[in-house]
Amino acid sequence: MEIIKDLWTFLKVRKKFWLVPLIFMLLLMGILTIYTTGSAIAPFIYTLF
Amino acid sequence: MSVFILGISAYYHDSAAVILVDGEIIAAAQEERFTRIKHDSSFPIMASKYVLQEAGIEYDELSAVVFYDKPFLKFERLLETYHAFAPFGLKSFLTAIPIWIKEKLFMKKMLRNELKKLGSRKIPILFSEHHLSHAASAFFPSPFREAAILTIDGVGEWATATIGFGENNKINIQKELHFPHSIGLLYSAFTYYTGFKVNSGEYKLMGLAPYGINESAQTKSYKDKILTELVEVREDGSLLLNMKYFNFATGLRMTKNKLWTKLFGIPPRPPGAEITQTYMNMALAIQQVTEEIVIKMVRTAKNLTGSKNLVMAGGVALNSVANGKLLQEEIFDNIWIQPAAGDAGGALGAAYLAWHLWKGKKRSINSFEQLDAMKGAYLGPEFNTKDIQKTIRSKQAKHQYFEDFDELIRITASKIKEGNVIGWFQGRMEFGPRALGNRSILGDARNPEMQKILNLKIKYREGFRPFAPSVLNEDTNQYFQLKCSSPYMLLVVPVKAERLKDIPENYQSLSLNERLNYQRSDIPAVTHIDNSARVQTVKKEVNPKFWQLIKEFKNQTGYGLLVNTSFNVRGEPIVCTPDDAYQCFLRTEMDYLVLGNFLFDKKEQ
Repeated sequence: MEIIKDLWTFLKVRKKFWLVPLIFMLLLMGILTIYTTGSAIAPFIYTLF
Repeated sequence: MSVFILGISAYYHDSAAVILVDGEIIAAAQEERFTRIKHDSSFPIMASKYVLQEAGIEYDELSAVVFYDKPFLKFERLLETYHAFAPFGLKSFLTAIPIWIKEKLFMKKMLRNELKKLGSRKIPILFSEHHLSHAASAFFPSPFREAAILTIDGVGEWATATIGFGENNKINIQKELHFPHSIGLLYSAFTYYTGFKVNSGEYKLMGLAPYGINESAQTKSYKDKILTELVEVREDGSLLLNMKYFNFATGLRMTKNKLWTKLFGIPPRPPGAEITQTYMNMALAIQQVTEEIVIKMVRTAKNLTGSKNLVMAGGVALNSVANGKLLQEEIFDNIWIQPAAGDAGGALGAAYLAWHLWKGKKRSINSFEQLDAMKGAYLGPEFNTKDIQKTIRSKQAKHQYFEDFDELIRITASKIKEGNVIGWFQGRMEFGPRALGNRSILGDARNPEMQKILNLKIKYREGFRPFAPSVLNEDTNQYFQLKCSSPYMLLVVPVKAERLKDIPENYQSLSLNERLNYQRSDIPAVTHIDNSARVQTVKKEVNPKFWQLIKEFKNQTGYGLLVNTSFNVRGEPIVCTPDDAYQCFLRTEMDYLVLGNFLFDKKEQ
């Protein structure tokens, strides 16, 4: 959770809130890619993106 | 209680570790020297272990670990750049982003995982900006109480160049040039186009530049094209690259080759292909443009700060030709350049920032012309007689041991005088890209064949590449037009006119080899084709053994200088241990090797 706190502080200091959705989507995609590799739900990921 | 700070640079190129103990540099080393992978960018685990050991402490005793740049800020730059160039750059986006999402964004965690190998305590991890790290590495160890600071490299997070002012323990950045507009990347683009490797071949491009013909219409036309089409240079030295011609922002290559071919009328030189005069002229053109930009930036630094002193760091500060020109301009009274000006030195700057900014500690400085805080850059591992004996036993190496070091010095100087090439390994390894007399290959600067021998039989590298002289500090003026010291081999200056020989009228029309083999002075092995030399001045108090060797060579020949090149072969890092040195000695056509007080003769191995 330290990363979330650090990222939020960074975005606040830099006033770059417009990056929030972009980073959120990228992180989500990244997490899905990492955790679903080789799992049974992998085929369903393709329908999401 | 003492404060121990570990500075780290990693994950780009030239990773390194540095330890400061109460603000004093105790040890610094690049990871490549231990792993034997040139420009190794992995976490500097071995270098970290070494610096901790040198400081005599355990990891858990550290006050802080400082990383040399800010990954979030770099990520911001990446996202904004892709956004600005979209839809172009998709391929690069898909290559870069997964690495960031998986690893680099979690840099703190990555660092913690690596640091766990060193100890279990949770030490605070700090991050300093890339160019601020460079600025700190330039100012804090310098011998000045206050100075203008100029940092120039390819790119850090956003900044590609900064001008700042340092006073006591404070640094104030006053101007920044931002990505993608970068003099370093412009130089790297030409490095790529002329067939050399980006991030390491820049030295070669710089070494090639003097072979370009200054008076040639082609050189002038290339320079014009660079300044009208590729880059707009403003009076203050800031610049705007015409991104139509560059691919580095979102692509996987430096240049847009079709447009460059159309502009310059030549295709990119394939690596390893013959280097024609055209590419030499191109190298000269970009070198001249770089010098002009650097000089403009320096004038701006002078105007902004009003200081008499200038300190520099960043990869472009390793452009010793530009540094030499800067010296001639006499914009500042005193110039000091960080010897590890590239990313490795960022680790040092980061550690200094933690000491002075985070801890708020005062600076202790020496007055100018006394020594700086770099200890001659001899900050790496040292090996004793027992270590060398281990190498001797394991390799069954035939050797001679000298109880009397003076006798070894006399014999070594006489071997050099006879035309032999000597591997010279003494004391602590240098920090930064230069060998400064502790991990060096030495030869006779008077020998007209020496440049060819060293390039082709020892270093196995391109024949055009020049060699540098190490000269007794007190004799500098006899050979070179240099009024100050150049302890870190970062200034290229003219060889004194009285040492030069006449050149034939048709000199410029001779082939590269013919020009290369032409004796231009009475110290031909270190006189580059434009009658310049990249000088290291050696002071007795900084490196007594190396000074003694050069002094003995002077006693025997009347010449107080030697050819000094780094102790490695092409593609390998400089040697670190006696084992590395002995293996390098065997693999090349070096004649003798001196390890501490031991002498090895190639014929007996």
